Amino acid sequence: MTERDFRAMNLSEVQVSVELVTPDVTLNLGPQHPSTHGVLRLIAKVDGEVINEIDPVIGYMHRGYEKLAEVRTYPQITALVNRIDWVSGFANEVPFMVATERLVGVEAPERAQYIRLILAEMARISSHLMFLSSYPLELGAATPLMYALRERERVLDLIEGVTGGRFHPNFNRVGGVKPAAGAGSDQKKVVQDLPEGFLAETREAMRTVLAVCDDMDELVVGNEIFLERTKGIGIIPAERALEYGVSGPNLRASGVRFDIRKTDDYLPYSKFEFEVPIGAVGDCFDRYMVRLEEIRQAARIVIQAVDTLPSGPLQAKVPRVIKVPRGEIYVRAENPKGEMGYHIVSEGGRGPYRLKIRSASFSNISILPWLLKGQLVPDIIAILGSLDFVLGDVDR
Amino acid sequence: MSAILDNFWWLLAIKVLVVALFIPGFSLVLIFAELKLSAHMQSRIGPYFAGGRWGWAQPLADGLKFMQKEDLVPADADRPVFKVAPMIVLMGTLAVFVIVPFSPKLIVSDLDLGVFYALAAGSIGTVGVLMAGWSSANKYSLMGGLRAAAQLIAYELPLVLAVVGVVIAAGTMSMGGIVAAQAEPWFHIGTFGVRLPYLLQGQVVGFAIFMIASLAELSRIPFDMPIAESELVMGYLTEYSGIRFTMFFLGEYAGMFSMAAIAATLFLGGYYLPGLPIASNAMYVLGPLVLIGKVLVLVFLMIWMRWTFPRLREDQLQSLAWRWLIPLALVNIMATATFKVVF
Repeated sequence: MTERDFRAMNLSEVQVSVELVTPDVTLNLGPQHPSTHGVLRLIAKVDGEVINEIDPVIGYMHRGYEKLAEVRTYPQITALVNRIDWVSGFANEVPFMVATERLVGVEAPERAQYIRLILAEMARISSHLMFLSSYPLELGAATPLMYALRERERVLDLIEGVTGGRFHPNFNRVGGVKPAAGAGSDQKKVVQDLPEGFLAETREAMRTVLAVCDDMDELVVGNEIFLERTKGIGIIPAERALEYGVSGPNLRASGVRFDIRKTDDYLPYSKFEFEVPIGAVGDCFDRYMVRLEEIRQAARIVIQAVDTLPSGPLQAKVPRVIKVPRGEIYVRAENPKGEMGYHIVSEGGRGPYRLKIRSASFSNISILPWLLKGQLVPDIIAILGSLDFVLGDVDR
Repeated sequence: MSAILDNFWWLLAIKVLVVALFIPGFSLVLIFAELKLSAHMQSRIGPYFAGGRWGWAQPLADGLKFMQKEDLVPADADRPVFKVAPMIVLMGTLAVFVIVPFSPKLIVSDLDLGVFYALAAGSIGTVGVLMAGWSSANKYSLMGGLRAAAQLIAYELPLVLAVVGVVIAAGTMSMGGIVAAQAEPWFHIGTFGVRLPYLLQGQVVGFAIFMIASLAELSRIPFDMPIAESELVMGYLTEYSGIRFTMFFLGEYAGMFSMAAIAATLFLGGYYLPGLPIASNAMYVLGPLVLIGKVLVLVFLMIWMRWTFPRLREDQLQSLAWRWLIPLALVNIMATATFKVVF
């Protein structure tokens, strides 16, 4: 428009459009923040309380376990892998040991497999109880924490009684399990078995775990504010969850009935009756309820396993120095956080040539940029908590 | 002695001194109650060692610890505003005590517009919170401060409207007058006059709304969005330490005391219990005890809620206030006014 045209324009036709531009504020959530479960860092672009863009930064906890495993022998690696998802240390060891055993060509005796299964389910219970306790805390309710952690401590005591460690049992051996720590030096020579009274205490502990599940049902799920904060928040549709490789309770909450315990045979789960709970829409509430129900199912499995525990040796016959032939294998397991798999490449020798760890939390939080976009800051915390990840499991 | 009591300035000085010493002291009691009650609600023991029996000295020890800590001010902070903010918060809550009647004469000043004054002074604290959030040069603090300001819009109206019912029923805005009105017989059965606090005279809805709104004013769970330690680290308190943090902390518990005292005065009959001789000198001792007893009951309710409920979201508080509390409060006013006119 020339100046002449401009002057010719009627003044009333001149429109001034000034849009008030308010630039987004960059909010750094973490790596030190009360609710990121460790050192997850989220770079959020916020407009008021609304997230316009979010960029998760991981790696603050990277310990290089995959590389470290290349210079370790197979029995030594158990001490590394149970530090991946430290909330359920025992469950991390099982798929690695099963993979090694399959490469070597031995199979653990039935009793050892049952003990592995019992302890793996206990690890699931302790991990999910940790979630049940910390999730209401993130929404502001401090009290459920104490009730759930009290029962978790009982379960950890049992794990400690058998393995000698609450968090890092380092209990699995190629071809079986270690002689029980609680068995005592005299017993060790003779029977090498579970500590005395373990079975009765386990039944008692499972009873209290089921009771605390009912408590949580009433205290938390019956709470109107809790429902307001979780229902319809952070919905992951089933196909979206599958695209991002979400697994475990987060996937099942979206309505996909997929449980590796039912499909694979890394432990004798086929001998027990249990159900795979699924959610309806895949919101935070469904993820909470699925975990609550999984605790009940895990307690059911443990009770069945304790009742039918076979007798027999704890160790298969294996050579003193374990050498693994050339080969490649991938074994996956249904861990509390989701699918955990180990891909071992062996060139022969005492340690793996390459170990690839597929950890559940890493894949689960890859959905965050999509999921958190457009949410409110308080809902970020609700969604992060409901995904139940552990930074050790993300970064390895 | 009587010469001192008759002198206006001496009397004022004594009253101010009592309030200034009593309120922080009582706040320590409330902090201790919170520590112990929360512990027992969570199947813990709580403080146990400090001071010997029951760990009674724990709040004192905490306070002393805070006082000897360094008073940090962030480099980018707006220093004067940052330093003044906690004082304003504490001042706002302490100012409310001016109109709380502890007995017929034990009141700093029985203003004719006492209810107005209490509600106005109570919301000064939000200015301090906003100042703290703004001056801290911290994004979490800023969000916390802005949330507190947004919260004010939600709870202030229901809080005021809930009180209107009592004011209509009593026919006065003076706090002393409201207690005296509750000490009057409500109706007579023969010659026996039935004296009831306003809660039992049908102000149940008003009382419930007042308590919910006062929880929001105190920003305690379920309405602690301005602090929200799992989201905003510590909200507007994030950058505070040492004595200034203690001021906020004392302010919170003194605020609990003042809100509970106002609620007790308006709805539960204040220093008056049915059967007490309101005109006698014994009320100087009995009145404060009765009021403190009622305050402790209400504070227990607040602590109980805090350790039971999760936190709401800011927009959910707004919808609660505007869709439920305000309409209910308006209905309550209509009902009370109708009742007053008809009978």
